[in-house]
Amino acid sequence: MPDNTAIAHGAPEPAHQEHPPYLRHHFNSVEQQADAAGFGMWVFLVQEVMFFGGLFTAYLVYRNWYYPAFVAGSHQLNVYWGTLNTLVLIVSSFTMAMGLWCAETRRKNGLVLYLTLTFLLGLGFLGIKSIEYGEKIEKHHVPGFHYRLQSFVDPQSEREVFKEYHDKPLAPDMARHTELYFSLYFLMTGMHALHMVVGIGVLGFMILRARAGAYTSGHSTFVLNFGLYWHFIDIVWIYLFALLYLISRHQ
Amino acid sequence: MSATIVSLPDQSTARIPRVNYLTKENGILSWLLTGDHKRIAILYLISITFFFFIGGALAGLIRLELLTPQADLMATDTYNKVFTMHGVIMIFFFLVPSVPATLGNFLIPMMIGAKDLALPKINLLSWYLYMAGGILAIYTMATGGVDTGWTFTTPLSTHYVNTNVVTTGLAAFIAGFSSILTGLNFIVTIHKMRAPGMTWFRLPLFVWAHYAASILMVLATPVVAISMILIILERTLGIGIFDPTKGGDPLLFQHLFWFYSHPAVYIMILPGMGVISETISTFSRKRVFGYTAVAFSSVAIAVFGFFVWAHHMFIMGISNYAVLVFSLLTMLVAVPSAIKIFNWTFTLYKGSITFETPLLYTFGFMGLFTIGGLTGVFLGTSGTDIHLTETYFIVAHFHFVMVGGMLMAFLAGIHFWWPKITGRMYPEKLSQLAAVVTFIGFVFTFFPQFILGVLGMPRRYASYPPEFQVLNVFSTAGATILGVGYLLPVLYLVWSLKYGAIAGDNPWRATGLEWQTQSPPLTENFAVMPVMDHEAYDYEWLEAQQEKRRKEVASAG
Amino acid sequence: MSGHNQLAHRIIGPRVYVAILFALLVGTALTVWASFIDLGVWNPVIALAIATTKAVLVVLYFMHVRYSTKLTMLTVGAGVFMFLTLISLTLADYISRAWGNW
Repeated sequence: MPDNTAIAHGAPEPAHQEHPPYLRHHFNSVEQQADAAGFGMWVFLVQEVMFFGGLFTAYLVYRNWYYPAFVAGSHQLNVYWGTLNTLVLIVSSFTMAMGLWCAETRRKNGLVLYLTLTFLLGLGFLGIKSIEYGEKIEKHHVPGFHYRLQSFVDPQSEREVFKEYHDKPLAPDMARHTELYFSLYFLMTGMHALHMVVGIGVLGFMILRARAGAYTSGHSTFVLNFGLYWHFIDIVWIYLFALLYLISRHQ
Repeated sequence: MSATIVSLPDQSTARIPRVNYLTKENGILSWLLTGDHKRIAILYLISITFFFFIGGALAGLIRLELLTPQADLMATDTYNKVFTMHGVIMIFFFLVPSVPATLGNFLIPMMIGAKDLALPKINLLSWYLYMAGGILAIYTMATGGVDTGWTFTTPLSTHYVNTNVVTTGLAAFIAGFSSILTGLNFIVTIHKMRAPGMTWFRLPLFVWAHYAASILMVLATPVVAISMILIILERTLGIGIFDPTKGGDPLLFQHLFWFYSHPAVYIMILPGMGVISETISTFSRKRVFGYTAVAFSSVAIAVFGFFVWAHHMFIMGISNYAVLVFSLLTMLVAVPSAIKIFNWTFTLYKGSITFETPLLYTFGFMGLFTIGGLTGVFLGTSGTDIHLTETYFIVAHFHFVMVGGMLMAFLAGIHFWWPKITGRMYPEKLSQLAAVVTFIGFVFTFFPQFILGVLGMPRRYASYPPEFQVLNVFSTAGATILGVGYLLPVLYLVWSLKYGAIAGDNPWRATGLEWQTQSPPLTENFAVMPVMDHEAYDYEWLEAQQEKRRKEVASAG
Repeated sequence: MSGHNQLAHRIIGPRVYVAILFALLVGTALTVWASFIDLGVWNPVIALAIATTKAVLVVLYFMHVRYSTKLTMLTVGAGVFMFLTLISLTLADYISRAWGNW
């Protein structure tokens, strides 16, 4: 990129045979456009990292302060659903990567298949999430909506959870701090789910375009860049799973 | 030697070029749906001027109230709303976008030899987000305002006020994304769209400054975005994250808020420093002294600026060890700014200085920013900060750097590039007068506030002990003069659109690719895409170009 | 000027992706299993270590950073660095509050 040698005057004209319809006029070449778009997506993801960063900071502060409340809160999450969701997202990252390979090697049907799988897996993730959220709503563990402390001051009232973890009752003030745990749970997974919804929406659009052959005729940048976004969401979930679900599951 | 370097074409024969970015297309939609970075810059220029005057009117109300020790002009609650909205509008809707979104948008593609920014549609989206946030802010004001101070300190903002915190937070959130997208666009553009031969170290320092500011925009703004969401949820749902009764820590909000808001001040000042580099060089006809040092110090300010945020929280309850660490780090961040001031001064030394309006504003910047910056060091020293914080010393400090510094730089830039943007010159004598009036008004307004601060007058209060009245009256008198100083440019710049002298390509005889093409520029910026074969601020190259042109004219004739 | 673009030219094939998928699945099983064992203070360390390993694999191979330009790696690095700065300096305040006044 940096070029110290003096070049003859007059800028190079873009070769007219490679002026495809998707080349925007302010770019000199398809390579430059793809390069810029890809870099732009990376800069966007870096800003997303900082966006989630604030939530992770809040989480670490309060986990440090109220560890017993966080343990008790975490036991209320179903680790099986959480693990299943993690597997779903990991596989969806795989299908997304395979989709990219299909786009790059001009396998249109493969691309449509893998994009559709990714789409369905994404929906599956959201489905499982809504089951989990439903459970939380039933048990009144949603901050701001008649939040109940009963499960924490009297763990034996929750048969299934008690059977697995035999939690000791929390003191009333520590029990109140479980609301913070759930605030962070809903904030972090909710923000993540919002990003999933956007991703799934774009995937729907991409499947339609892929069927029309838009990405398998030598111009797969959109798939590549969307893939970056999708993998990023996967990474966020990997950390959310470790931090929210896996706090001390031993008895 | 002429007294001025201004080199205008023969006014009897000069014409504005018929084809330029302003005449290329007509109609309101061609503006509202444009991808042209120059048109978007104009859209921004109009909108930020609008918000500036709203913020300025609010400042006028503040100064009017403070003429007398009692809270007699307005209720104290109203006063709280006035200074809060003044801060919110001035910071989020004027200072942060001022130079980047107007001059940066207009000039960066031209300075690097590109046809447009990398992502024109994102650029337009950026403006729409800015307008959405701005309209929401005005709606907030119209429906009762917010009175927490622009810093939204918890738990006041989450639990103790009944004002429009949610809508203001949302407005700031939306404006934040406008800023992020602008920064993103600049970073991608500067990396990927430089003309052949335009290496990093041939870039104008204006571009370096914007690059550094863009890094800050992209990495810091998301954190304040999330802090706004948390405030909104705390207020509406009571999630407990900043609520001590539920175990939350109000200070956590401040950590997240200042993590952005300190880099924000560098987002605000760096582009202004970029302008200063350009004007200092042009009006002393000299290469900027220590180009590399100035370039690297821009990036250094950006990097160090991330590590000092808790110096806004010294008295808020952070640990003594944190106070120590952040105070030491704050000393570090002053160094690159000082390096720039020294380099600019050395640029002036033995230069051929002429006193056009942009340079007058530049001198104002250098003096006032130096004072503001030095007082920042007093505040970064935790011992003195304990005495000076939350007093008028802080108010004076940040107005010196933001108004005496940044706003002067913005005006320097507007005047400097006005001929390029519009093809017209503004009336020089009147503009020089306005610059001097602004400077005098500024000093009268804000210098007394340093004294008030040291004497102990607290900030954000509508009333004060009577012994502070004299200095407050001085300050308000100065504000009146300052207001005149700001009004004049609006008037004569608008006048110049129709009646100003035709500027020609390069009235300042400046280096820089933007000056080697017509004024106003073509939509695609250059008729022939340039190739960069000389260093930045290369006045010999410029002389050679002009010699060549003169010979061509002579031989053609 | 730009022009070089490794990403478009290097196509990563299914073999790599399958291998990474396998590694990620194993990592998930491992981290869930480890969370059921009482390892005291090492539990969160191991969980984060496994999560980071998985994240690094996704970044390097699924997101192609292993085959990308220095600029991309720098960008990722800058993001991670800033993220860590936010967390560590903020936590440093919280942790040192317990240390009292000197």
